[in-house]
Amino acid sequence: MLWSTTTWRLIGQRLGIALITLVIVSFAVFFATEMLPGDVAQILLGQAATPEAVAGLREAMGLNEPAFQRFLGWLVGLATGDMGRSYVNDIEVVDLLGGRLQNSLRLAGIVTVICVPVALTLGIIAAMFRGSWLDRAVSVATISVISVPEFMVATLSVLVFAVWLGWLPALSYGVNVDSIGAMLRAYAMPVITLSFVVAAQMIRMTRAAVIETIETPYVEMALLKGASKLRMVLVHALPNALGPIANAVALSLSYLVGGVIIVETVFNYPGVAKLMVDAVATRDLPLIQSCAMVFCVSYLTLITLADMIAILSNPRLRQ
Amino acid sequence: MMTDTPLVSVRDLRIGAVTDSGRNVEIIRGVDFDIAPGEILALIGESGSGKTTIALSLMGHTRRGCSIEGGTIRVGEHDVTGMTERQRAKLRGTEISYVPQSAAAAFNPSKRIMDQVVETTRIHDLMPRAKAEERARGLFRALALPDPDTIGERYPHQVSGGQLQRLSAAMALIGDPELVIFDEPTTALDVTTQIEVLRAFRRVMEEGGMAGVYVSHDLAVVAQIADRIVVLKNGEIQEQGTTEQILSAPKHPYTKELLAAFDPVPHVAVKDVEAEAETPILEVRGLYAGYGPIKDGEPLAKVMSDVSFKLYRGRNLGVIGESGSGKSTLARAIAGILPAYRGEVLLDGHTLAPSLGQRSKQELRRAQIVFQLADTALNPAHSVGSIIARPLRFYKGLRGDAADKRVIELLDMVHLPPTLRHRLPSELSGGQKQRVNLARALAAEPELILCDEITSALDTVVAAAILELLKELQGELGLSYMFISHDLSTVEAICDDVLVMYKGEVVEALPAARMSQDATHAYSRLLISSVPQLDTGWLAGLEQDPELLAAFSDR
Repeated sequence: MLWSTTTWRLIGQRLGIALITLVIVSFAVFFATEMLPGDVAQILLGQAATPEAVAGLREAMGLNEPAFQRFLGWLVGLATGDMGRSYVNDIEVVDLLGGRLQNSLRLAGIVTVICVPVALTLGIIAAMFRGSWLDRAVSVATISVISVPEFMVATLSVLVFAVWLGWLPALSYGVNVDSIGAMLRAYAMPVITLSFVVAAQMIRMTRAAVIETIETPYVEMALLKGASKLRMVLVHALPNALGPIANAVALSLSYLVGGVIIVETVFNYPGVAKLMVDAVATRDLPLIQSCAMVFCVSYLTLITLADMIAILSNPRLRQ
Repeated sequence: MMTDTPLVSVRDLRIGAVTDSGRNVEIIRGVDFDIAPGEILALIGESGSGKTTIALSLMGHTRRGCSIEGGTIRVGEHDVTGMTERQRAKLRGTEISYVPQSAAAAFNPSKRIMDQVVETTRIHDLMPRAKAEERARGLFRALALPDPDTIGERYPHQVSGGQLQRLSAAMALIGDPELVIFDEPTTALDVTTQIEVLRAFRRVMEEGGMAGVYVSHDLAVVAQIADRIVVLKNGEIQEQGTTEQILSAPKHPYTKELLAAFDPVPHVAVKDVEAEAETPILEVRGLYAGYGPIKDGEPLAKVMSDVSFKLYRGRNLGVIGESGSGKSTLARAIAGILPAYRGEVLLDGHTLAPSLGQRSKQELRRAQIVFQLADTALNPAHSVGSIIARPLRFYKGLRGDAADKRVIELLDMVHLPPTLRHRLPSELSGGQKQRVNLARALAAEPELILCDEITSALDTVVAAAILELLKELQGELGLSYMFISHDLSTVEAICDDVLVMYKGEVVEALPAARMSQDATHAYSRLLISSVPQLDTGWLAGLEQDPELLAAFSDR
């Protein structure tokens, strides 16, 4: 009975909305990159190229066809897993992106596994003991971490751990990762830097969501039935705060795929964000578009997942 | 335990609160009372009198920002004031339990009802789960709940308000407590539902021989259930005595004032209907309204259908009905806030456009609406003066000194001092806010005022004063009121004619003074007979057709 037709309909609706959003986004991505200044053929051939050569290349690349037709072709390609060829490297974008995406997802995965449990626990504890020294300490710490830009955290940690103390390698990539210890050392600094930013947001949002439900009459009712503080929070408040918490977590995590350019640059970590910035520098349109689409898809996936958790955790919507 | 030792004794109880501005105030100032085993004590008072605070303190609980600062509370052999939080938690649910004001809010929306009802037995490990559920089903039966065997499997949003309130009583009784605290448990219910719930409460309390604390602002409700009454004001006891004595021979002036607010003040019509020759100030012909997307000219949810009436100048029309009867929708449709999709509204013989936006400024000016909650109807960021000056500028083009002068006049009309115009709504009391709300409507110099439950959120004494003011203004300005309320005595006090609404339709039109005698429709009779009377034997002696109740009330 948990999965009634209404549930399926609501979930179907969410998926439909996600799909429509994806199409709109791909439209925006395609035409935004179209509007980038400069002619691709001209750039590829260099300043010395003759106008005939440029025109020939444009023709060969299909750049003279109407934009909308090229958009449709590109969309069909995306749907079938063909992201086109990189202009600069002349290899399939899929091959170029595949390895990088793996790197990004690995980093994001490690950060998620560490951050989500820590952030939720801290957020819930801070809410349970609102106003106590513990709550204040957590609040002060999260606000400080949010206020410090991540390049500061990243460069400072390089300075301290790599330069002064010499405990960790300054670069994460290219070092030998054949043992677990080496892997831990290689990932330590990017993971710590990202965890700081992501966890702080999650802690604050979780705390706010739990406090809001703690103040409801049904939690007071649980107190008047003799429930312990732990029971009030875990059994009564938390299930009702699940929707907002899932959304907060999704928003924070979506940052891990696309928003980590600074961290990837500072630690020379070969992820998707860095790939995209390089692609912009070389005007590698198919690569830029594909990277942008990867970000959008991961963002949409997370948000849609959060929405589904919210639907499933609410008996009013579930039935 | 000896029978003459009280079950509960409270001595010199003092509770303090920290205000938003960080000031310490004492909200309960030295309260003493006892409750004998099996006795039901009522705490009566208006909002802010501290009745709920005292009731909760018996369980050792104070709301956020409050704390017990002095005195002792003894329940059975436990000294609640001297206990640790952990010891108090052991008491809650087993020795003392709580029935909340709004069961709809006190049930966790994401858990099944049964899980919540038997939770007390799980927390205190009183009995095995199966036995607890069996006991719960027994209580559901005793509380006259429908489908007692399966109702626990539902979620809170799947049962009605009256049922939830009875389920919350089952939740309180499952741990077999010695003392049950009822915190305004019927205030949020309709009158016809209230009767069922009151009856069920009384029956289980009598059978179980439990003591109770019944918190309420409604003397008539308390008269049906309490043995003794404590009258509170501003955190102090004004008077306490047996229910009979408080009702028939009150000593304290405040108790007398409370009782006086109950006395029906017969309404004398300003003017009789002068035949058909006169054009009614408001005429409604076959009006339909509803909400939702419009399909084929009809909205998805039709809330009100085929309402017709005439209201003559200088007379007042009452509209009564329970929540969901469509009475507020009627006011909104007449005002044009919710455009009617069929039918006509005529103001002084002229047809008005259905929607507010299509009406002329003059038409808008002549009919004003006053809402129930002055708190939300007054912009919290504007001063009282600028709130009242706005319609003056909009309708009359008054500005500057002229507007200021008129604002002072209007404040005077509603008996508020001129200095009040510099204050913000949040700095006023509930009654003052409602007066400002009224002054704003008067600023337009209307001929008709639609009053939507304007006294419902106010305490009885304050509400009675607002009604007096309405009558006085009517005499001075020749206004007509359409007065919407769920409270029959309020309507009786100010109206000449009454429309009874049920499920979006007018079931009967009656003269207000002869409502109880003349009502013929089954629903009107049920509604009128369900209003509690200030008589301790009223509920016991009340005979209502159970089938009628089942057909019309929200069970």
